Amino acid sequence: MSSVKEQVLQNVVIKFAGDSGDGMQLTGTQFTNNTALLGIDLATFPDFPAEIRAPQGTLAGVSGYQIHFSSNKVFTPGDQCDVLVAMNAAALKANLKSLKKDAKIIVNIDGFDSKNLRLAGYTDGVNPLEDGSIDSYEVIKIDVTKLTREALKEFTTLGVKERDRAKNMFVLGFIYWMYNRDLESTIDFLTEKFGKKEIILQSNIKVLQAGYNYGDTIETFTTRYKVEKAKLPTGLYRSIMGNQALAMGLVAASEKSGLKLFLGSYPITPATDILQDLSKYKAFGVKTFQAEDEIAGIASAIGASYGGLIGVTTTSGPGMALKTEAMGLAMMLEIPLIIVNIQRGGPSTGLPTKTEQSDLLQAYYGRNGEAPIPIISSHSPSDCFDVAYEACRIALTHMTPVILLSDGYIANGSEPWKFPSSKDLQPIEVTFKTALAEGEDTFLPYKRDEKLVRPWAIPGTPGFEHRIGGLEKQNLTGAVSYDADNHQLMIKTRQAKVDKIADYIPLQTLDSGPEKGKVLVLGWGSTYGAIKSAVLELQSEGYAVSHAHIRYLRPFPKNLGAVISNFEYVLIPEINNGQLIKIIRDEFLVDAKAYNKMMGVPITKGELIDEIKKLL
Amino acid sequence: MSTVAMEPQILTAKDFSNENEVRWCPGCGDYSILAQVQKVMPALGVPKENVVVVSGIGCSSRFPYYMNTYGMHSIHGRATAIASGLKAARPELSVWIVSGDGDSLSIGGNHTIHLLRRNFDVNLLVFNNQIYGLTKGQYSPTSESHKVTKTSPFGSIDHPFNPLALAMGADATFIARTMDRDPKHMQAVLTRSHQHKGASFVEIYQNCLIFNDGAFEIFTEKSSKADEALFLEHGKPLIFGAKQNKGIKLDGFKPIIVDLEEGASIDDIWVHDENDFYKAQILVRMFDDPKMEGHLPRPFGVFYQTERPCYEEDMQLQIEEIIASKGKGDLDKLLRGKEVWEIA
Repeated sequence: MSSVKEQVLQNVVIKFAGDSGDGMQLTGTQFTNNTALLGIDLATFPDFPAEIRAPQGTLAGVSGYQIHFSSNKVFTPGDQCDVLVAMNAAALKANLKSLKKDAKIIVNIDGFDSKNLRLAGYTDGVNPLEDGSIDSYEVIKIDVTKLTREALKEFTTLGVKERDRAKNMFVLGFIYWMYNRDLESTIDFLTEKFGKKEIILQSNIKVLQAGYNYGDTIETFTTRYKVEKAKLPTGLYRSIMGNQALAMGLVAASEKSGLKLFLGSYPITPATDILQDLSKYKAFGVKTFQAEDEIAGIASAIGASYGGLIGVTTTSGPGMALKTEAMGLAMMLEIPLIIVNIQRGGPSTGLPTKTEQSDLLQAYYGRNGEAPIPIISSHSPSDCFDVAYEACRIALTHMTPVILLSDGYIANGSEPWKFPSSKDLQPIEVTFKTALAEGEDTFLPYKRDEKLVRPWAIPGTPGFEHRIGGLEKQNLTGAVSYDADNHQLMIKTRQAKVDKIADYIPLQTLDSGPEKGKVLVLGWGSTYGAIKSAVLELQSEGYAVSHAHIRYLRPFPKNLGAVISNFEYVLIPEINNGQLIKIIRDEFLVDAKAYNKMMGVPITKGELIDEIKKLL
Repeated sequence: MSTVAMEPQILTAKDFSNENEVRWCPGCGDYSILAQVQKVMPALGVPKENVVVVSGIGCSSRFPYYMNTYGMHSIHGRATAIASGLKAARPELSVWIVSGDGDSLSIGGNHTIHLLRRNFDVNLLVFNNQIYGLTKGQYSPTSESHKVTKTSPFGSIDHPFNPLALAMGADATFIARTMDRDPKHMQAVLTRSHQHKGASFVEIYQNCLIFNDGAFEIFTEKSSKADEALFLEHGKPLIFGAKQNKGIKLDGFKPIIVDLEEGASIDDIWVHDENDFYKAQILVRMFDDPKMEGHLPRPFGVFYQTERPCYEEDMQLQIEEIIASKGKGDLDKLLRGKEVWEIA
């Protein structure tokens, strides 16, 4: 014991990997909460198969949870791992390529029996733990299964399966020991989760402690590590995931606008959490409607918005496709509506649990007719709160549907969040039409104000009975019109109304770097962390690189063209086959360069640095 | 469906019509339906501003434009889903969905069955003309088999829906059928539909003069109506015929026609009970092809009615109960979550 040294580290990336039934997501989130509570900055990336229980022991069934924590500011879950926890052979094989040269690998040797090796695709007789192939790493071999069973030998009422289910607690306990943590946050969690099942609770705590004590008693481990608190702005923090933040942003907008929230949604990965979260918030008067399909999800939200609530629908790519016609209707009706797309790998069913940014063009152009809809995007888990709130503000104050683009990476990723206080949130002013203004002798549902926004008279308002619909409308009256000139006027007007939102959103700023120079890296959405870290690193090496990240994708901030024109090269990295770049080239006639990755995973800092350097 | 009457107002049918020129084909059955809806509205006691008519796409779906109430002409098949959201959001509104056989049984079939099972307190009026009119004459999901239309030049090989059986299968709480040519009957059915608390499914046989003229004339024309249409009345025996001499008797589970003048006793005739769930299943299945030898008459009126909690009320109740037990939501508490730490 006395020989154990303590070493202070600045950055650590750990990946917990195992079979999808091994509880790696839980292990990861527990370690994350424990880390966050110490004031250490972090970012996480859960990566799991689409199947709930993919074939056991296979590469397809590997579920991973990566956490990057640091005493410095963290923007990404990290490119490569310092520590890999591999519960079986497949977990090791799947993650070997993302290890740092001097990484530590903690393996559960029970997961390397001949069956597991075969399922992981190793040829007969080959065991990576014995053939020297991973000798360059520091390999810590633990028989987790055996030690877990040993720890639970007094729990005679538990069967072998139930005992083995606690394996992840052993690993977590051991990692807690390695990083000098206490077990309190996880014991509290277990107590809340299993409080009523005493034996399950006690057995989990026992195994957690056994893992911790294992580090203490086995003398082979000579070093424990510590990561100090990060120097973050002062204030109160909590840990937040993207979808959680998004749901809260919607509730906040409801509270600050005085309009109740209605969510019409159909479960779809990776957007379902928002429906689940909002279903819990009934005390805020939130009405959630699990619709019979995606179309009914948006249609019911349109009905609710028509009734004067904030109508919201949440989905992912395939669901967006189904909602297309109804989006056009909402645009035509000119009523507020929030359409949330948590993007995932496409096309078609694609890669449901993997991330991608490939629905931007769909959001931009994916409707019949001239149907412009504002688009806003979130760039990190906590940013989802602000963006959801802002989407509601735009929808309510500009009488328009708004598409909010997030993605699977942000949705499931977590980070510390300096959460706002409700009094600091700018109220959203909404006025229903209940009386004629001076000089008005009749109600005109499509008479516009200076923002080109029409009045909102909701059912139940006497004297303002009127009809709206998807047929082309006569200017001002909203009556059905097939008049040629009127149609052209209305198309131009609806476009001008969306364009005019640019007067009511912030100008584009640079995230970092000089205002003029050689290279601007221009991003949107979840590539934020990777671009930011890459650009900051290059700047610290003396390169003239700047970073701008677009939140408002439609309309763009008024100065975006000017910002771009200050640079010799514009590099647009995207997790798609080049979508923002098409719009930027179209809009600003710049010869932007693309960097595209479509592997279902985020872009890493390292590959971006290489890419930017090609232009320097 | 029902909506609590506000203060009494004296409105007339005229108050529910507006200056918009009605543009259905001359002689279309839709005119009659519009007139009957406008006629019953004043007596329902619902303030005009609380009435919302939501429609989908099709000839019938132009309906909201001709009503001087709130209204939405939406997209094909989705009026039911839009109305669900509206009713959930604003339970106090009187919501009327106007739809056709294509709109509510084909493209919007899914939303129709889910609206019914959830039992939103709304009225769903299905104008059934057994044809696609707005697209100029293709067979619909209620067109009879072998029907020759533009898309079935050799006869349709589709088997038609029995709309009321479908509604019954979806656990609708109010099921009725009426016809465009019988204004009084339609008014009575519409009034009952409004009074029913829950989702009301009202099928209205509606003649399409241009593309399917005479589809229902056997039920609607004076010469055959008495023998072919069976008008249901709660508590009354199922009797029909020009001389009111024929009745329906149950032979086990099978309805058969008996003649009161030829020995059948009035005591053997099936007495209609709107609340009888099992008999309603038989009644909706009285759907014989009138060209068939020995066919049963087609029933009209209220087939079935029952009480079941309405979705929008349960939704509201759940919110109220949670607020009563836990208090109103506190945004700051929500944002703070369970675990926080301070960076000083």
